[in-house]
Amino acid sequence: MKRYIVKRVGYALVSLVLLSITIFLFVRLTGDPAVLLVEPGASQADLDAIHQQFGLDRPLWVQYGRFASSLLRGDLGHSFYYRTPVLELYLSRLPSSLLLAAAAMTFSLVIGIPTGIIAAVRVNRWWDSAGKIFALLGLSLPSFWVGLLLILFFSVYLGWLPSSGSGTAAHLVMPAFALGWYFAAAHMRLTRSSMLDVLGSEYVKLARLKGLPEALVIGKHAFKNALIPVLTLAGINLVIMVNVAVVVETVFAWPGVGRLLYEGIAFRDFPVVQATVILGGAMIVIVNLLVDILYALIDPRIRLDR
Amino acid sequence: MNGSRSATLTVAWRLATFRSEGFPTIPLAILGLLLFVAVFANVLAPHDPEVGRLGERFHPPFWQQGGSETYLLGTDHLGRDVLSRLLFGARVSIVVGFTAVIVAGIIGTALGILSGYLGGWVDQVIMRFTDTWLALPALTFAIFLAAVVGPSEMNIVIILVVVYWTRYARVIRGEVLSLKERDFVRLAIVAGCSKWTIMKRHILPNVLNSAIVLGTLMLGVVVVTEAALSFLGVGVPPPKPAWGLMLADGKKGLMAGYWWLTVLPGCCIMLMVLSANLLGDWLRVKLDPQLRQL
Amino acid sequence: MSDAPLLELRGLSTHYVSARGTRVVRAVDDVSLSLAAGSTLGIVGESGSGKSTLALTILRLLPPAARITGGEIRFEGEDLLAKSDGEMRRIRGKRIAMILQDPMASLNPLFTIGDQVSEPLRVHEGVGRRRAWSRARDLMKAVRIPAPETRVGEYPHQMSGGMRQRIVGAIAISCAPRLLIADEPTTSLDLTIQAQYLNLLKELQRQHQLALIFITHNLGIVAKMCDQVAVMYAGRLVEWGPVTRIFDAPAHPYTRALLESIPRMGDGRARLTAIEGQPPDLAAPPPGCAFHPRCPKAIAQCREQAPPETSLGPRHTVRCWLPGPAPVG
Repeated sequence: MKRYIVKRVGYALVSLVLLSITIFLFVRLTGDPAVLLVEPGASQADLDAIHQQFGLDRPLWVQYGRFASSLLRGDLGHSFYYRTPVLELYLSRLPSSLLLAAAAMTFSLVIGIPTGIIAAVRVNRWWDSAGKIFALLGLSLPSFWVGLLLILFFSVYLGWLPSSGSGTAAHLVMPAFALGWYFAAAHMRLTRSSMLDVLGSEYVKLARLKGLPEALVIGKHAFKNALIPVLTLAGINLVIMVNVAVVVETVFAWPGVGRLLYEGIAFRDFPVVQATVILGGAMIVIVNLLVDILYALIDPRIRLDR
Repeated sequence: MNGSRSATLTVAWRLATFRSEGFPTIPLAILGLLLFVAVFANVLAPHDPEVGRLGERFHPPFWQQGGSETYLLGTDHLGRDVLSRLLFGARVSIVVGFTAVIVAGIIGTALGILSGYLGGWVDQVIMRFTDTWLALPALTFAIFLAAVVGPSEMNIVIILVVVYWTRYARVIRGEVLSLKERDFVRLAIVAGCSKWTIMKRHILPNVLNSAIVLGTLMLGVVVVTEAALSFLGVGVPPPKPAWGLMLADGKKGLMAGYWWLTVLPGCCIMLMVLSANLLGDWLRVKLDPQLRQL
Repeated sequence: MSDAPLLELRGLSTHYVSARGTRVVRAVDDVSLSLAAGSTLGIVGESGSGKSTLALTILRLLPPAARITGGEIRFEGEDLLAKSDGEMRRIRGKRIAMILQDPMASLNPLFTIGDQVSEPLRVHEGVGRRRAWSRARDLMKAVRIPAPETRVGEYPHQMSGGMRQRIVGAIAISCAPRLLIADEPTTSLDLTIQAQYLNLLKELQRQHQLALIFITHNLGIVAKMCDQVAVMYAGRLVEWGPVTRIFDAPAHPYTRALLESIPRMGDGRARLTAIEGQPPDLAAPPPGCAFHPRCPKAIAQCREQAPPETSLGPRHTVRCWLPGPAPVG
């Protein structure tokens, strides 16, 4: 197990480095980075000052060195608009996004897993077809449109739920649904196919040959094995949700990091944009690593070997 | 022996019952319609999509109170005809969508083949980058790039290509890796064919199926991403009519109950994506049953 | 021991029907045989001959696309085809058990050995957890697993292939079944382990008065282990009878070809004898006798009419228009 973990940590580190390089290169190589790094409406003198400050005339690798070291120090720039360090800003908004993501994930698993299991057990019959339609709709309806429709129905027409902001459970319902919708369909699909694979396996066959009741065959032998890929995906999806929630948070004015990104774009506050992307990507790499490690702990094949 | 028999039977039986040959006439018809509309928007649209008459703001569709026959599907906050904007929006979605998917497909497939077949450091370099880019959600990455280079229709296509080629590369590389072990490739190597010849004549045709299926499925994803970008204001810039942009405008009228500005553009997006997905699903089953992993 | 056979199949047929009902594959076609308690039957045939389907048919564990289209299965005098799902479930694992070919795939990787061995006892006999685990240990001892006390808490991947197959054997005999069906149980084992495993099965059979059905393509195993042999081709039973008689003087050309194709040391033959041709497509078998395209003795009648079962003696049947010489008496 140790070797496995060390290898995974290594991969994660490489990914983080590559991520920073990618972001760095894209900014430095496309047009004049000084324009981005300076506040909108700055003068030529300001631009020159930025050139100096960031050493934009130095060779690329020197610039990268500066960039990387400031990242490691936790300095991700200052927001023009809020006049605070971006990292602080990001961390203050992160809990809201996590709350939203957790709610959306719960929704997606509660809907997705049972539907997927039933679709697999009753494969190709009515429930499975309904499931397939649900999956298709989940993938085809953009989350922000779902959000807008929800507002239309539940805020404008019915007046039941508030259309924006946060603070109460009522505020959480619609954004969580809009965000979780796509993932519910994805989780259902994966559960179904994973379950089908497991149901066709030899050990399930043997379980039936042992004369075990069908409920035990499915509930014990099939279920645990089928869930592994789904939970792995769910773990990673949680962090992805935080990142792609940008549109949903914008629609509902939910004060999370997604909305922060939107503000960054709207106010041309580039440090915010850059930092959000870096932090978002880093989070995903780290969570991937954690999920891999968790896998190592759960699956006895990995835990007890190597 | 017993195990592989029942596995084969399971796959065969699953395939046979999947929508039994349902040729996707409706999805194809819808996509065809969208293509037609995109090409002939100038002729079909009753009004100029970019110029509006401020006196005619917020007309509802013709079947509602206050609607009129001049503006069949109503007008938006600048008095622009919704129907015309939808038609021209189709053009944007189709052009951006197809271009991005095809170019990303070409690049991704080429790199996937190189990476998978040549192996070694080429593979490592390409794969590390692919993994990193795949780690970053497409939307976030696209927003970042749009913020860096500034929004324009051309830039959006480039951004989408940059973000999505990795999906192809990953999948194609996987296919190439298993193709490499197949006998006909080994025979070609033994016969002394050059690497380029093998990649061109043996590998490429065999991965084309996957690339096509993936392309169809990616069309939906790309269209949604473009709509999201436009919605956020970093996609196709106004006053050009993009469906995502219409949704952003529509949000302004949402609380007042101007439903058509939100529902109609969204329906268009949904129809296009749904059709692409259905077509992709059908192609996947038709072209190669083993691709059900996609 | 009563005279009535433990298991009796009469005219059993299983067909696979494609989703649209167009392709019908006759996996098992009109098979009749019987098995006495405590005796061993070997079922041989090429891949696709229907051997495994026959086993699954007896246990009524066929995939949804398959249908038992005719015949009778009598086990201990009871009609298995008339049983409900619940009744069949109580028979599986308890009165009839089955061993599959690949022991690694048969065991659930996420559960301990002890858990999986004790399961049938807990389900069929309502034994409590503690007692079931201690009986699991006894069972593992019976199949000669060293140090069962530690093994019982381990996971399948921690054991060798031979041990895993013994575990599967332990599971099978846990509720003292009367009939054990083994589907290619030694195919995935090393040669050296195969012999040990077969001896183990023989031993268990003796101790528990177990009837064994061996599905295999290895005639050597049949010769060593079985009292009777059933030869299947294209879903049909082409010859069935005592091993000694059939191996001495096979009546069906296919059986003869199978026996001749076994290479023997010091044979003097320069080339291996293979059976010409390919097994038929079960969805569109040749008319008449399914073997006729590959049969050296085929005559016109073989092409037109499928031969019926002919009896060559007590519990010895063959399906051939020109059966070979049957031994006298």
